[in-house]
Order: sequence, then structure tokens, then C-alpha cells
Amino acid sequence: MITQSANLLRTAAKFDRPLLLTPAQDWSGWLLGKTGRALLMIITGTSVLAVLLIFVFIVREAWPFVQAHGLGEALSSTSWYPTRDPAQFGMLALVFGSVQVTFGALLLAVPAGILIAAVLSDIVPFRVRQAVKPIIEVLAAIPSVAYGFFAVAVLAPLMQEHLHLSTGTNALNSAAILAIMAVPTIVSVAEDSLSAVGRELREASYACGATRAETLLKVVIPAAHNGIIAAIVLGTMRAIGETMAVWMASGNAAQIPSPWWDLTQSVRTMTATIAGELGETPVGSMHRHSLFAVGLILLVVSLAMNLFTEYLLHRAKRTSGVHA
Amino acid sequence: MAKDGSQGMSALLEPIALANRSTITLAEDIRADNETLSPVRHNDVMPAIIRAEKFCLYYGVKAGVKDINMDIFPQSVTAIIGPSGCGKSTFLRSINRMNDLIPNVRSEGTLYVNGVNVYDGRINLVNLRQQVGMVFQKPNPFPKSIYDNVAYGPRLQGIRGGRLDDMVETCLKDAAIWEEVKDLLGKSALALSGGQQQRLCIARALATRPKVLLMDEPCSALDPIATSKIEELIVGLKNAYTIVIVTHNMQQAARISDCTAFFCMGELIEYDATNIIFTKPSRKQTEDYVTGRFS
Repeated sequence: MITQSANLLRTAAKFDRPLLLTPAQDWSGWLLGKTGRALLMIITGTSVLAVLLIFVFIVREAWPFVQAHGLGEALSSTSWYPTRDPAQFGMLALVFGSVQVTFGALLLAVPAGILIAAVLSDIVPFRVRQAVKPIIEVLAAIPSVAYGFFAVAVLAPLMQEHLHLSTGTNALNSAAILAIMAVPTIVSVAEDSLSAVGRELREASYACGATRAETLLKVVIPAAHNGIIAAIVLGTMRAIGETMAVWMASGNAAQIPSPWWDLTQSVRTMTATIAGELGETPVGSMHRHSLFAVGLILLVVSLAMNLFTEYLLHRAKRTSGVHA
Repeated sequence: MAKDGSQGMSALLEPIALANRSTITLAEDIRADNETLSPVRHNDVMPAIIRAEKFCLYYGVKAGVKDINMDIFPQSVTAIIGPSGCGKSTFLRSINRMNDLIPNVRSEGTLYVNGVNVYDGRINLVNLRQQVGMVFQKPNPFPKSIYDNVAYGPRLQGIRGGRLDDMVETCLKDAAIWEEVKDLLGKSALALSGGQQQRLCIARALATRPKVLLMDEPCSALDPIATSKIEELIVGLKNAYTIVIVTHNMQQAARISDCTAFFCMGELIEYDATNIIFTKPSRKQTEDYVTGRFS
């Protein structure tokens, strides 16, 4: 019995290609694996390093301003007069302008975007969706200066005429144009996540006697909440980082409107300030350093929002499906 | 070969055959006085709860099922068997109009549920689907808690509070899963095993207080132990519900059903008491299929 199985081990079948690597194959395989891994590490490391270096560079350029004035002082004043003597670097109005325009845009874009995504994924026939979605996605590829031009040339006169505003370039105009720019992103990502909710779940809901609207609101949207939050984050990032369109549409007045919620007055955002003033500041001047400080605040705000949504996603994942 | 096969099957089916013999007459007797295929003599028993008359369903121009005439009786388990793509799921999903979700679906003929043609334009789909519940092939619990899964249907009907708690408990008990989940009602349903998820889906279907339960291969994604639990459950539910089950597993059809319908190429080939289908089928096609010689 034993000899038989030993024989079986040795000559069970004729394998015409060797099962063991030759030393040369073994060595070259090891080398290929190592170099490949090293190459990929270098590429990944470079991109991570680039982001880190940008951050370091901004901090370094902003540092003289932080030392001389302090961010606390800058963030507690609304007087942005960097070219006066003595210069004043109150950034609160700029931060407020960014926040107001961004939230104004989100207020318009998030409900509209999710509604359009829901209509595309669950209401209209498949063929309509196939035709409409690419068209909406193309909107995301239009250069922002074109949107800005539209805001100045079309939206501004319309607002002056119909809302009887003193200026057409204001926070509302910026928010509207930003909303138009953010909607394609939100629709595209949210629609993908709504469509990814399987037919099984929809059928289960219908089989319980749910209507289309009940299925959408109580099953499909809750099941797709991760993707929807991601869509909102991407839309927000697009809005807060946008420069050219808001620069053209916001009116560029570094002031906090009174009352503060009034969207019909001109504002100025952090991004527009940097874009508008950086080219006119001498290297090494305090004005230039202050603009980098604005950039630093912008970076920190975006980072904080990113972390916050990461936290939301994490919490949503942890509690999803748990009975409150 | 065929004879041996069917005799073997007959021995296997002996207990069921004995149980059914008293209430069931041969199909040939009925075909003479009624076009509709029926394993039970009409004047003997209660009226059919589901009746298909020349029912056809088309996907575009392709027929999913054609010319189905069939009566399904209350408080029984009716199995639908047949090769893949024969239209058995299509027919099952026609009963609660689940096929509506597929574009370009068109039906002909009539399909009565409790005397009402469900393809009537005035049908109340919500009430139909609440009373004709469905369990799917793949366990498909919502990504919600166990409690919320079962409470989904009742909540849509406006049931809240203590009455809802009672209903959830009753349905979980009826679905033979209460003991396993009674301490985890707040936990996600997705954490359950496949077999538990499927019983949860049965509980969810029961929670809409249906009269008919449609089951589309409910055990095909489950292991043998989970399968036997579901089968026990189905037999237990028979007293209160009418169950129509599509299955690929012929032993399963033989074990749990009272009547069996054999579908092939979108047509109803034979419909009779389960013991007759498996031992003395009158059609050659049926015999080939149940003895495993189908090609």
C-alpha cells in the first residue's frame, strides 16, 4: 500500500512543463517584483509628497503674516484694506463671503441635484436616462469663465430688472451660478449610487405594497445615503474652491452684508481675493503674505469639511440599519 | 429506465400520496367538463383563489407565458416546476403584478385573484400586493434593522406603536425566527445568515397580512439545513395561507406541495395532484422532466 502511494507521488502523470522555477527564473522574478513595487511606491509617494509640499509652501509663505498680525486678529476684523497705510488685513468678510456663497449654492444645488438624480434613476424610462445623463455631465466640463460670463451678461441684468436690485453682481448671483456648476456633479454621483441600489430591494418594497414614492424615500434613498453624502461633498468642494465664476458674479465688495443673511448685496470670497490681488503684490510684501494666509484658511476650511463628511460617512455606516 | 425512476419516486412520495388521495381526483375527469386544468373537482371544494384564463404575458414581442389556464386553491401549497426559462417565475410574478416594473410588458387573457381580474385597469396595486405577498429567490432584506424590516409593510398601512410591536413579534414567530432574533431586533438585518435572512423576508411578507404567499425559488440560495427549515415553515403556513412556490428542486416540490404544475416553453403542460405528477404523469414531457430525462 505504502510503496504504491509513493509510486503514485512520483509518476502519477506526465507533466510536460516543469513545476519548479529555474534559479534564473526565480531570481529575475524576485527582481521584477521588487522593482515593480518600488516604482509604484515612488509614483504614489510623489503624489502624496506634492500635496504635502503645497501645504508646506503655503504655510511658509503665510508664516510672516501670522507672526506679524496673528490669524486671530485677522479673523476678528472685517476691514480688508491691504494697500492702505497703515494696512488692515481683516479677513472675516472674505471668509463670510465664501461661506455665504457656498451655502447659498448648496441650498439650491443639493435638493435640485438629488431630485434630478432620483427622477433619472427611478422615474423616467431607461432610454431617457441614457440620453439625459451625459448631457448633464457635459455641463461639468464647461469652463468656469463661461459660467462667469453667463452670470455677468445674463443673470445680473435679469436680477436688476426683475428683483429691482441696485447691483446684479451679488451673493445671490454667485450662489446661483455656483449651484448650476455643482448640480451636474451632484446629479452624476447621486444617480450612480441610486442606480446601484439593486432591483431586489425595490421589488421587495413594491411587494410589501409600497408605492413608487414610498420606495424611493424609505428604501432607495436611505440605502444610497453613502453615495448621496459623497455627492454633496463633491458639490461643496466644487463650490467652495470655485474662483473665476464667483469673482465675476459676486461684485467683489469685501463686506459682511447687513443683515448678514441678505443675499442681494455684493460680497467677496477668499478665492476671488487671492486670484484678484496676488498678481499685483510685490514678492515679500505683507500683502502677499496675507494672501497666502487667506489660502491657508481656505485649505483648512476645505480640510475640515472633508474630515467632517468622512466622520458623517463613518457614522452613517456604523449606524446604518440600526433601529433608533 | 423511466419506469424504474417513477417507481422509485413513488416509494419516496408514499406518505404524501396517502395524505392527498382522499381529496383529489384525476385530472382527466375534470378536463372533460372544464377547460381549466385543475387537480380538484370544482363542486367538491371551495372556489379557486387564483384562476388564470387564457393568460399570456409578453415581453415586447416575446411571450413569457402563453395561454395559461389554471386554478389555484386556498389553504394549499402549489408548486410550479419546469426547466429554466420556461415562464414559471414570469407566471408567479404576474399574480401580484411584479412584472409591471419591466418595460414593454403586455398581458392578454385574465388572471383572477379572489374573483377580481388583476389586469383590470382599476386594480388597486397597493392592496393587491399587500394581500398577495412575495418572497424572492435571493434573500433581500432592506439595509435596516430586523425590526424595521418586518415593520416596513405595517408602517405603510399606518400601524404604529404597541400594535406594531405585537405584529412584528407575531410575524417573526410565524416565520420561525423569533427565538433567534428576539434579542437583536435593533441589529442590522444584513448581519443575519442567508437562511435567517430568508425567514426574515418571509416574516416581512407575512407582516402585510397577505392571503396568498408567492415564493420564487425561496431556497435556491440556501444550504440544506436552512432549506429544510424553510420547507417546514411553508408546510406550517399552509393552514393560514395559500402558497404558490416556484422551485427547481423536484424533491422539494414533492415534499411540500399538494399540487404541482409543470411549465415548459411558457406553457402549462400538466397540472395535477403532486403525487400524480411525480408517479403517473399523463404527459410524456412531464414524465421525462420529473424522471430527469429532459433534454
